[in-house]
Amino acid sequence: MVKYCDIFWSFFKVGTFTIGGGYAMLPLMRREIVERHGWLDEEEFADQVALSQALPGVFAVNMAATTGYRLRRGAGAAVAIGGNIVMPIVFILAIAIGFRSVKDNAAVEHIFLGLRPAVVALVAAPVFQMARSARLTWSNGWIPVASALAVWLLGVSPIAVVLVAAVGGYLCSLLPHKD
Amino acid sequence: MIFLQLLWTFLLIGAFTFGGGYSMIALIQGEVVGHYGWMSAEEFADLLALSQITPGPVGINTATYAGYTAVVNAGYPQWAAVCGSLLASMAVVAVPVGLVMLVSQWLLRHKDNAQVAAVMRVLRLVVIGLIAAAALGLVGEESFGTVGMNRRFAVSVAIFAVVFVLALRRKVSPVWLIVGSGLVGLVAYSL
Repeated sequence: MVKYCDIFWSFFKVGTFTIGGGYAMLPLMRREIVERHGWLDEEEFADQVALSQALPGVFAVNMAATTGYRLRRGAGAAVAIGGNIVMPIVFILAIAIGFRSVKDNAAVEHIFLGLRPAVVALVAAPVFQMARSARLTWSNGWIPVASALAVWLLGVSPIAVVLVAAVGGYLCSLLPHKD
Repeated sequence: MIFLQLLWTFLLIGAFTFGGGYSMIALIQGEVVGHYGWMSAEEFADLLALSQITPGPVGINTATYAGYTAVVNAGYPQWAAVCGSLLASMAVVAVPVGLVMLVSQWLLRHKDNAQVAAVMRVLRLVVIGLIAAAALGLVGEESFGTVGMNRRFAVSVAIFAVVFVLALRRKVSPVWLIVGSGLVGLVAYSL
């Protein structure tokens, strides 16, 4: 039986020592789960990754939840998630509280003037990477374009767009295909 | 009242985010900046920079920070804002974690099912558009300054171009791109 404290400690390390979000955590998670503890083999781990991508929400937390659940059911999932997010929450809260008192400082203001255009670029870059790997054509390219325009120009909620797309995708799959 | 709205909003954001951290950014921007106006576009851009350079999943960091800032901006004391941030980060993971318990076995067996695959295929396309909308929503005077022949605009466009090219090639980690642009800002505007 896998110990709760082992589950907690593994995900604590992954959550605390990776900067840059879910996919940056993947190699470290693989090392802990597959190589160090042998909780899952390579194939099972690949299944967890596919499952965590298919479920909505934060990828890293889904990985913690599915793995913890597999090892020790609900309590295992809770321990894994807790370990994964406790330090990130403490860090970002400390920054949120501290940032208000320094943000009018001239040096901090100058740093953030430099950061803001970089953030725009960091959000824009994956659009082009994902568009390339999705192999957009004239028959499906209208979907991302229409979603972007609906949200950006018309102010439609992204949640509504996801909902409509999911229902639309489901309905289309029911239509007879001309194979 | 704001706590109920935070809870509901972040439950929805967690439930409707597909395809990782950047699409969650799009949803948080739509609700927190667009719909409720809990933070300004400028605060949102700062939040994104901060959540890229602190450890942990970007989705959790963004939710925590957004919860805190929304409550503070609504005029509540700091302890209430800390509660708001915890509420937002718990809410954002609640629905997916519930789904893990309920449907993970079913989904593993049906991941090759035609309907599931069709829905995921459409969602993958939609997410591209949502992230594009998030990027377009960040383009404005708060990020680039006023258009024209001035130092702020020139420096901002240069930073954007360099970071965009480097990010596209995936050679440099976003952490270093953020740290580097901060240093460039510090030097360019302090002189």
